Amino acid sequence: MRERPLSTVPWPVLWLLMLGFCLQIAWHFSQPKPQARAEDLLPPPTIAALHLVSLGDPIPLARALMLNLQAFDTQPGIGLSYRQLDFAKVEGWLERILELDPRGQYPLMVASKVFGSVNEPSRQRRMFEFVYHQFLLDPDNRWPWLAHAAVMAKHRLHDLPLARKYARAIREHATGDNVPSWAKQMEIFILEDMNELESAKILLGGLLKSGKITDPGEMYFLMEELKRLERR
Amino acid sequence: MTAPIFPIAYYTLLEAVRNRMIWLVLVVVAASLGLGQFLHEIAITENAQIQSALLGAMLRFLAVFILAVFIITSMVRELNDKGSELILSLPIPRASYLAGKVLGFSGCALALAGIFAATLLIYAPPSQVALWGLSLFLELWIIEAFCLLCVFTFSQVVPALSATLAFYLLARSIAAFQLIAHGPLTPDESWSQQAINTIITAIAAVLPRLDTFTQTEWLAYHTGSWAALLPVATQSLIYVMLLGGAALFDLYRKNL
Repeated sequence: MRERPLSTVPWPVLWLLMLGFCLQIAWHFSQPKPQARAEDLLPPPTIAALHLVSLGDPIPLARALMLNLQAFDTQPGIGLSYRQLDFAKVEGWLERILELDPRGQYPLMVASKVFGSVNEPSRQRRMFEFVYHQFLLDPDNRWPWLAHAAVMAKHRLHDLPLARKYARAIREHATGDNVPSWAKQMEIFILEDMNELESAKILLGGLLKSGKITDPGEMYFLMEELKRLERR
Repeated sequence: MTAPIFPIAYYTLLEAVRNRMIWLVLVVVAASLGLGQFLHEIAITENAQIQSALLGAMLRFLAVFILAVFIITSMVRELNDKGSELILSLPIPRASYLAGKVLGFSGCALALAGIFAATLLIYAPPSQVALWGLSLFLELWIIEAFCLLCVFTFSQVVPALSATLAFYLLARSIAAFQLIAHGPLTPDESWSQQAINTIITAIAAVLPRLDTFTQTEWLAYHTGSWAALLPVATQSLIYVMLLGGAALFDLYRKNL
């Protein structure tokens, strides 16, 4: 159906259209520009409420919440430091996300590497403790993040007892075949750094006698390490 | 010219009553009250804020959705049944026909905003709810005008409804787009970024800032003041004038 010609449109209608358009443009530019406003991170809802919102499929919700939490430092038009966030609430969100998707590694990675890298020891410790407690729930799958926390505790926080606590937890709990030897042996080297040579020797000797080390190269390296410790 | 406006508005309202829209609205109200009670049970603290915030946001979207579906289906049915042709074959100016429709649908919008606002009286003070309800009516007024423009342009339910919902979502989020575009993390030097910024600014200039309408914080934190309604009302008036002009332009060019 062809439209009628423009001449059929009465002049008042064209004037109304033009007036409305001009007023809209004038109004828009006369109004204050949108202002960026930092929004506080809200406390996480209960897991029951999140399950309800997920409509029976918690994994997409967990992923979306994770991205939202990670991007909280870049709200529209504003850049915040992670240090400005309330870490108690951050921890609460990470916990809820892990409850929604226990197999997901993302929350622990973010806890140990992103939030655990903020330049404030008390907040770093809080994140590492979170990783430690979550590790204990599924050691064979979550050990990499505790290993990272142990390294950070040793090199960033210079807290060798804390690093040893994490390394010992990996040795004692992460016993699966997928856990590499270096992770299980971390405690020995931390003990050496702590100058607790006797404990290191006992651990190393026990490891060699346990028969868990089968690779000849690794066996040779550890025996050399034991000899070196005995010489000190 | 004004004489036919009121009968057209009356029959438009009558249609809303006869197609049992009120029952749908009452079901939504009942479901909202049930949901409010459920939220009360699961929230640990700030019960009233959680209830008013979530129900307010839900009712605002449902009001827009219900009104848009009603207007678009009603107008498309009238076009398909040749009802509009029958009316316009009488000595009635097309502008009066549109004015009558706008008046009738505005009555529906007012009723919808009033009922939904009354539901929230349980959770927020009456002055804040009144402010929220009036703002919702003005928001619905803009949506109503946009629906009419879409119907005259597309004459089909699916494209008209899709365009209306897209318009609504864009108008509600355009301020966030602007903030992101001009934020500290986006480099302003590159020509592509400048082009994107210009496009976003141009789109924002022709859209109403719906994020300043019907704000949830009025219900949750009681921060609303009557002064906030003045820019909302002015923006609504200007935008309805623009959309009305565009709808009339399309209607006059339509070969009925």
